[in-house]
Amino acid sequence: MIYISCPEIVLQEVRIVAKITVNKKTYETDADPSTPVLWIIRDEFGLTGTKFGCGIAQCGSCTIHIDGEPRRACITTLASVAGKEITTIEGISTASDHPLQKAWIENDVPQCGYCQSGQIMAAAGLLAKKKDPTDADIDAAMNGIICRCGTYNRIRAAIKQAAMQGGK
Amino acid sequence: MGTKIDRRLFLKASLTAGGALLVSVAVPGSSRAMSASLGHGTMADGGFQPNAFIKIAKDGKVTIVIGQSEMGQGVLTSLAMIVAEELEADWSKVSYESGPPDKAFINPLIGSQVTGGSTSVRAFFMPLRKAGATVREMLVSAAAQGWGVAPETCKAGNSMVTHAASGRSAGYGELLDAAAKITLSTEPKLKDPKEFKLIGKSVKRLDTPEKVNGTAEFGIDVNRPGMLFGSVQRAPVPRGTVKSVDDAPAKAVKGVVAVVNLGYGVGVVAQNYFAARKGRQALKIVWDEGSNATVSSEAILASYKDAAAKESGKAAKSVGNVATARSGAAKTVEAEYFAPFLAHATMEPMNCTADVRADGADVWCGTQSQLVVQGSVAKALGLAPEKVGVHTMLLGGGFGRRVGVDYVMDAVMLSKAAGKPVKVVWTREDDTQNDFFRPATFNKLSAGLGADGKPVFWHHKIVNGSIMGELAPAVFGFPFPADQMDDSSYEGAHNLPYSIPNFQVDWIRKDTGIPLGFWRSVGSSHTAFSVECFLDELAAAAGKDPLEYRLSLLDPKSRFAGVLKLAAEKAGWSTKPAAGVGRGIAVAESFGSYVAQVAEVSVGKDGSVKVNRVVCAVDCGQTVNPDTIEAQMEGGIIYGLTAALYGEITVKNGRIQQGNFNNYKMLRMGETPKIEVHILPSSEPHGGVGEPGTPPIAPAVVNAIFAATGKRIRSLPIRAADITG
Ligand code: FES
Ligand code: FES
Repeated sequence: MIYISCPEIVLQEVRIVAKITVNKKTYETDADPSTPVLWIIRDEFGLTGTKFGCGIAQCGSCTIHIDGEPRRACITTLASVAGKEITTIEGISTASDHPLQKAWIENDVPQCGYCQSGQIMAAAGLLAKKKDPTDADIDAAMNGIICRCGTYNRIRAAIKQAAMQGGK
Repeated sequence: MGTKIDRRLFLKASLTAGGALLVSVAVPGSSRAMSASLGHGTMADGGFQPNAFIKIAKDGKVTIVIGQSEMGQGVLTSLAMIVAEELEADWSKVSYESGPPDKAFINPLIGSQVTGGSTSVRAFFMPLRKAGATVREMLVSAAAQGWGVAPETCKAGNSMVTHAASGRSAGYGELLDAAAKITLSTEPKLKDPKEFKLIGKSVKRLDTPEKVNGTAEFGIDVNRPGMLFGSVQRAPVPRGTVKSVDDAPAKAVKGVVAVVNLGYGVGVVAQNYFAARKGRQALKIVWDEGSNATVSSEAILASYKDAAAKESGKAAKSVGNVATARSGAAKTVEAEYFAPFLAHATMEPMNCTADVRADGADVWCGTQSQLVVQGSVAKALGLAPEKVGVHTMLLGGGFGRRVGVDYVMDAVMLSKAAGKPVKVVWTREDDTQNDFFRPATFNKLSAGLGADGKPVFWHHKIVNGSIMGELAPAVFGFPFPADQMDDSSYEGAHNLPYSIPNFQVDWIRKDTGIPLGFWRSVGSSHTAFSVECFLDELAAAAGKDPLEYRLSLLDPKSRFAGVLKLAAEKAGWSTKPAAGVGRGIAVAESFGSYVAQVAEVSVGKDGSVKVNRVVCAVDCGQTVNPDTIEAQMEGGIIYGLTAALYGEITVKNGRIQQGNFNNYKMLRMGETPKIEVHILPSSEPHGGVGEPGTPPIAPAVVNAIFAATGKRIRSLPIRAADITG
């Protein structure tokens, strides 16, 4: 929010409204443009699938796609996403039938589940680029996403399974 | 406050829980809240709730109410399986919900509604089977009465009662009205385990679908109408307090609604979380850092070493005569082991949402101890416990951290001050630095070998702080005298399975002021490291194979020997590992389960350690959901391996030096070894599974490093310099 002073009128408040697109839907917000988009998505738009884990781009719990690329919502300001397309875990499929989601269920991947939105978003970013990822590809794409419950081996198996089923 | 009852519950807990996790229900007033128990009544929607655990809707759908907290260990599914098995419910239509604080959900192994000590299945297996069986019998009786046939001639299955002779059948939903008139039997006939359809079979977890589409609701996801957001600045030193605060700059931040001096910190309430954080940054606080201001890790280690050298402590166990045996030993081995403070680092940072009103309060959070939360909030607000609603959300990890109520109180006090619902979310740094840490532990070990290489004596001195000394008065509300023994400090060390004629374990309690808590596998998280590595040293001194040496000291029929042999066989222990690879083995019992692990490790010239493969054998008695057991072993191994390779919390001038994942590192995908889990078939009673996977991994890896390099690591985390040096 900023204040503009005019000679006649003392102060007039002007709301800066940002329009952002999340999961193909347009949202408006007048939040401080320097707010990390993580909190906007979660607290203003009510899309709480994207999680907070560290706030400094260390854990990947907040991974979303911005124009199709996996990005960390905790260090991405609202100002920087104007006009861009954001996809969150809620947007990759409404019916939990994305090949990755199916493979996650098939392999019983989640334990506490807290990191899993970030894991799936990172994996989706990988499969969009590499249809048949090697172990090294998986390591490179997934190393940034911490799972404190230690579900890594099941994540790897699920990514391979989804890849086999042509998932992206 | 029902002191007598509470005390008795505590004593009961200490006797039955094997010393693993002693928690009392002694929170003021909580026993009153517990006196009203749920169950037996018609629900608003026409469904029927015959007891606290089961709800049946008119369409026959069964909802199982779980009083234990889901923190990743799969308890929603495992406990639901147990009920559904006896209820003969159609599993494809079973769902679950989290129960409120209630007497019915008191964990009989602990004496309060606590999820911890790897007890859920152990504690609730029989109560839940009975709960399911009584309702099954009730439904069968209802159907039989309606048909005018003997109940014995009817059969329940797939949420239906059938009478084969007449070909009649009725779904559970159709039987509710008639069932509601039937008195529940207290001694139902349980199924023959041979007929189990669910128990013992790997069943997909019920909570997975919601965890892969973003709809699972954790504490941090709670949203209430009119809710504000809070952030609390705590003292830079544990237990420091606010001397004075200048809150004007914080109040000037747009969106900030209130600044609240909490004594232990200053809370900022704002219209959004970002504003709360900005307001918090603007606070100018002068702290009274208190007596912890000078605490440092180096000084703690030095004082622990000194204590081990000069003090004898108190015997946790003493067999034979160590002093006499020492003088007669052919060969003596001595070593010192150290394990540092560790933070839990649950993936979901601490958080809570509270709505405090004049006449009552509600809190929404992930908690491992609902009744402690309820009692503590009630006490703080001067309310009757039944006026405090506790809504258990999914926990983004617990590992023992969420037995506390500190993070709950933040939200409660800020909501009280703001007069609105408030959600408080800790930063990762808040979470790491204000933890209840795994105690730093120093060990002085000595053992003597006889002519045959077998130990003739074993003397282990353990120096650390007392977890119960910390939590009993602060969280659970009962005293823990300074001279009381605390199993959690030395469990796993004083109950070694090896046959050693002269055996002594002494505990020297040295509290440091650094807050302590239960960290996944508690005492065994460090005792398995010291004892299983030292035993490896004895095997080396005796010139024996580490597996053969262990087996030679164990009853061949023991469960320890069973898992050791299975792990060794599956790992190919008798074959030579690939060049440059070392293999190590370790075994530990914790929470009633026996776990052996073989680690295969490569060590680089620079001392870098890569764990390639872990083979795990577990004997946890009878099983409920084998896939969950495997998952918990995998997770427990990663948790312990993270600690072995990276885990270290250090203190300087009272300040915790680590804050976030950049300096408190977690194991990642690329460092994760292949893990194979083998479950030993067993008809023994259930053991725990949430924690027992953790203890053996550090010693297995350290022993493997020794096998690969001849270097013995005696201080965790494993450092390259200790290998190359
Ligand atoms: S919360 Fe964004 S990377 Fe951790
Ligand atoms: S499933 Fe718990 S942090 Fe990944």
